[in-house]
Amino acid sequence: MELWYSEQHTPNVKLSVKVDRQLYAGRSAFQRIDVFESLEFGRFLTLDGYMMLTEKDEFIYHEMITHVPMAVHPRVRRVLVIGAGDGGVVRELTRYPEIEHIDMVEIDEQVVAVCREFLPQTACRLDDPRVDIHYQDGLKFIRKREDEYDLIIVDSTDPFGPGEGLFTKEFYGNCYKALTADGVMVNQHESPFYPEDLSAMQRAHKRIVESFHISRVYQAHIPTYPSGHWLFGFASKRYHPTGDLRAKEWNALGLKTGYYNTNLHKGAFYLPNYVEEALRDVE
Amino acid sequence: MPGQSQARAPIYEALRGFERMRVVPFDVPGHKRGRGNRELTDFLGENCLRHDVNSMRPLDNLCHPVSVIKEAEELAAEAFGAAHAFFIVNGTTSAVQAMILSVCKKGDKIILPRNVHRSVMGALILCGAVPVYLNPQVNAELGIPLGMRLDDVKEAIAAFPDAKAVLVNNPTYYGVCSALADITAFAHEHGMAVLADEAHGTHFYFGDGLPVSAMAAGADMAAVSMHKSGGSLTQSSFLLCGPSVNVGYARQVINLTQTTSASYLLLSSLDLSRRQLSLRGRALFAYVRDMAQYARGEINQIGDYYAFASELKNGNDVFDFDETKLSVNTIGVGLAGIEVYDLLRDEYDIQIEFGDLGNILAYLSVGDTHKNIERLIGALSEIRRRYRKDRGGMMRSEYISPAVELSPQTAFYADKESLPLLQSVGRVCAEFVMCYPPGIPILAPGERVTRDIIDYIRYAKEKGCSMTGPEDMDIERLNVIAE
Repeated sequence: MELWYSEQHTPNVKLSVKVDRQLYAGRSAFQRIDVFESLEFGRFLTLDGYMMLTEKDEFIYHEMITHVPMAVHPRVRRVLVIGAGDGGVVRELTRYPEIEHIDMVEIDEQVVAVCREFLPQTACRLDDPRVDIHYQDGLKFIRKREDEYDLIIVDSTDPFGPGEGLFTKEFYGNCYKALTADGVMVNQHESPFYPEDLSAMQRAHKRIVESFHISRVYQAHIPTYPSGHWLFGFASKRYHPTGDLRAKEWNALGLKTGYYNTNLHKGAFYLPNYVEEALRDVE
Repeated sequence: MPGQSQARAPIYEALRGFERMRVVPFDVPGHKRGRGNRELTDFLGENCLRHDVNSMRPLDNLCHPVSVIKEAEELAAEAFGAAHAFFIVNGTTSAVQAMILSVCKKGDKIILPRNVHRSVMGALILCGAVPVYLNPQVNAELGIPLGMRLDDVKEAIAAFPDAKAVLVNNPTYYGVCSALADITAFAHEHGMAVLADEAHGTHFYFGDGLPVSAMAAGADMAAVSMHKSGGSLTQSSFLLCGPSVNVGYARQVINLTQTTSASYLLLSSLDLSRRQLSLRGRALFAYVRDMAQYARGEINQIGDYYAFASELKNGNDVFDFDETKLSVNTIGVGLAGIEVYDLLRDEYDIQIEFGDLGNILAYLSVGDTHKNIERLIGALSEIRRRYRKDRGGMMRSEYISPAVELSPQTAFYADKESLPLLQSVGRVCAEFVMCYPPGIPILAPGERVTRDIIDYIRYAKEKGCSMTGPEDMDIERLNVIAE
């Protein structure tokens, strides 16, 4: 018997992972949720059939979306995390004692419940006393916040489906408003490689550039995402992502990481020419 | 017809049956089920092209319905509580015009509010009827025209006892309703027909807690835009008739201008939409109303915006209010409605129904989701944060009472000359000037041009309103009656 999970990365390309067994299948008010166990990637979570994370490579995504802004902003006290129902971002954030409060806004309560049960590797710190989970539309939550967060991390799904509202100009504008005067926003920024992902990536960048005057993009290598080449956005009111990197201070924290380090931090902002060009086209 | 089940859809069923017969087409349309136009078929889909067929015996004929269209019309009449329903495929404009042409002839008077749709003015030009305008009251704070006051209607009926009909918007574009049942009763006592423009009122027939529908209020005819809140395809519509209407004559009037090649895409969309409304309409419109209520609550919390609704009801010129409409006054933000309308589209990729000088209207329907409502609210909050201005210098859309000098038909066909806007003051206009949307006339043929009107036109143009009507597309000049 062979059981395979396949995701179409384009109409002509797919990634398949051999499945040992399915741990969960369910449908929430927003999407279909599945958890599989595989030999190669360990457990993995899919939403509406799209790969969200695997136990084997989630550290890359979660480290890069968290430690990059944390190594730049000198005093992060209040953090807002949007999406991220798997708990991976919260797990990384809770490693910083300086953080006083984390609001996590996830639209789908069932995703969190499923991850708590089947993916303790990422969901393990959701009960940290500093964490408040709000089951709400992110766009709605942020509309009423002003001058409140030092850091906003937007860990959204793709811009088709429940995450659509998190790729809009009104959302990024509302994030700007919710940030303090030296706040930073980091977001999942799609991939530059396949044409459809590329145009989603460009649309997101265009809208962020319109809201923040410092807006840079950085990259990481995530094997189970389409093309494996993934981008993150760093938007900021004051700090420059590499110019204001506090490498010495961050290294002094002694955090053990699998992917991130402060040299890679600088390197991640050096992008391939075709990506630079695609970004320039919409700036 | 009692006993016929609203779960049926005779035109749709006939099309499905016809498809299975695999009839070889040696008739129009020439694309022959799409095979003759591959690009169009790829774009619109094979199913669509396959059902774009001609009238024929198994599918009936809209000009003279005897089988499936007749049955579908009977089901629609039953669903809407009408004595008869006509399927209309030339837009609600065609339904409105058929309604007026059925009751008015050249020189007949018709009592109507000024804030009628341009299709009504078109009907007056076609049949030569003479308008008796009722001054609509204006809500000064919001700058929106309201409904007709019952006392004003009574006065007009007393002053013009020879008028043939009263026309009522049910509701206006903004969702305001007049006391339709009382107006109807009074007009009937005086031998006048009551015609309802229900372009924005389809859902009144299927809602709890919504304003009364024209048929329930006893009106004689109603033009109902099924393609707006009813969910059918653009351009499809119903003309509903009460028991007093001569259906055969009304059909003759419709056939004067309606196509003889009625689209079965439009007809089947009417049939299926009527079925959906009959079976599930109440639940669907309750959902829409709840969504609109939620959006109003949130928008009013943003500050400076005013999303208005039932609190405007005063038992008179706002006799009732359609709570499915999401109208928002933008004056407090220091922006004209049309400016917010443009910002929503250009900056936030959100298209709303219209913006006028002081308000915007977002059209909500059964196709909307909470996710998109949040986008709209989020964008409005951003527009306030980023573009908010001092409210000084804002002009409200004031009602400018028209001075009717000639019947619209006489003026439209008279000898005319073209003058620059400013020089046209004092002359009699020979054409329409409309702010679109909502498509309500600022000037109609036969009306005297005043300085106030010209100022209004120039201000609306400057704010970015789309002005239509005149021969000169840039509206630098106006056609006036030659002296």
